Amino acid sequence: MEKSLSWREFIITRLIQASGYSAILFVGLIFFFLLREGLPALSEVDASSLLNIRWYPLESHVGILPLISGSLVVTLGAALIAVPFGIGTAVYISEIAPRWMREILKPLVELLGGLPSVVLGFLGILVLAPFLRVFLNLPTGLTALTGSLLLGGIAVPTVVSVAEDALDSVPRAYREGAWALGATKWQTIWRVTLPAAKSGVLTAVMLGVGRAIGETMTVMMVTGNAPVLATGLGSLFSPVRTMTATIAAEMGEVANGSTHYHVLFFIGMVLFIISLVVNIIASSVVFRAKKRAERILS
Amino acid sequence: MVDKIIIENLSLQYSDGTESLRNVSMGIRQNAVTVLFGPAGGGKSTLLRCLNRLNDLTEVKASSGRILIDGENILDPKTDVIALRRKVGMVFARPVPLPMSIRENIIYGLELAGEKRKSKLDEAVERSLKLSAVWDEVKDRLNDPAVALSGGQQQRVCLARVLALQPEIILLDEPTSGLDPISTGKVEGALLELKKEFTVILVPHSVQQAARTADHAAFFLTGELIEYGDGKTLFTNPKQKKTEDYIMGRFG
Repeated sequence: MEKSLSWREFIITRLIQASGYSAILFVGLIFFFLLREGLPALSEVDASSLLNIRWYPLESHVGILPLISGSLVVTLGAALIAVPFGIGTAVYISEIAPRWMREILKPLVELLGGLPSVVLGFLGILVLAPFLRVFLNLPTGLTALTGSLLLGGIAVPTVVSVAEDALDSVPRAYREGAWALGATKWQTIWRVTLPAAKSGVLTAVMLGVGRAIGETMTVMMVTGNAPVLATGLGSLFSPVRTMTATIAAEMGEVANGSTHYHVLFFIGMVLFIISLVVNIIASSVVFRAKKRAERILS
Repeated sequence: MVDKIIIENLSLQYSDGTESLRNVSMGIRQNAVTVLFGPAGGGKSTLLRCLNRLNDLTEVKASSGRILIDGENILDPKTDVIALRRKVGMVFARPVPLPMSIRENIIYGLELAGEKRKSKLDEAVERSLKLSAVWDEVKDRLNDPAVALSGGQQQRVCLARVLALQPEIILLDEPTSGLDPISTGKVEGALLELKKEFTVILVPHSVQQAARTADHAAFFLTGELIEYGDGKTLFTNPKQKKTEDYIMGRFG
């Protein structure tokens, strides 16, 4: 009896351990695979042509700058939309809405977060793009702006959900302390609740941005996919092509082992590194905030 | 002496069904320490929270009655709640320094009220920290985060934060429940100073503290005001059996 129990304990502990390690192992393997397939690109074409501004792999123009700039423009636009909207909604749900409203809104937002991005892409092509073309008098509605708006919409639920949790965990005593000093609801939110939830809100923003960078399907459908280097504000209203959309669109048709194939993997590497950096920044900010809180409280 | 606050037939029921106050009527004297004491759930905190309308922000099902402060019914929906809360300051059981520096904590309320002149703010910081007997301990580190202070210091900074607004009435909800005896003594000492200038209403965390500090004392049991009167008389010679039993520690 004793023996079998300790055996079970042993096996279960090991299984949990193994699944924990496997997560790390898989990420490591993915990175290794990306390196193995992507690094040869550097020896097949020199770095200067990778930094070219022309992407036309059929004629060996493999400049990835337009793709990087496309991703940046679309993501930045999405962040500009998702951050204020997301935080605003989170503040409304957690601080202002009456209880019954909160109980409707919170699950609704989370449901939105689960919406397949293809569906949003449809919406973009059929509704948003024609509307923008007419409204802004553009030659085409498939622009970076269209992608930004939709990506913003995709990132909002992530931001709302995480930021709302952070605001909700601010002790009620903080708010009462401010109210008792004669602060209005808004003054309390702006000067007390939001600063107290700072690290959680920041995590929300980073997760939202991460979601936007990695999003593929929607941007492929609505940004027009023209690999043109974004140079200024004007490129917000012209078609762009992102890194993710490029990989998704071209990977199916590329000859295995060709230069083009390796360059696509190289783009994947760049993408991986960008989102890794975003995540590291996010967690180090949160970590630092935590450290500070611990130091103060000890 | 004058009654600063007059409470008339106040009843209150929370939306989860608990009846918190039942037909309470009492007058509260100016420039004195009035102590509201009794076992938990008696309605003491609820009464405090009615006096600065902090209950507006919790789920209250029904309330009736009147509270007159300087002759004005503050339960009137037309009351300017923000102004009321500046006039009626409150200190909580757990010190809640806001996530900013000591100085910013003190001037926070004043800034909200629109005070911008640095000289006025500095003056208020020193005056209120001195009044709450914590100035000597923090004067050299006013720009440190307030959460870095000890519990007792935090609580006195929170008291100073309230005093900085120059209120007329100060509500204290078990302000020493988390403090060591020395800090408790300092806070109680500050109260004796404060009553010269303010009307002080205290929910103490023990009968002993009630007896030590009360000029007037009110005994609450399950939402009802059982006995109210002069502090010394009530603690040495209570009229009601229930009051006597509670003071003697026969129930709690």
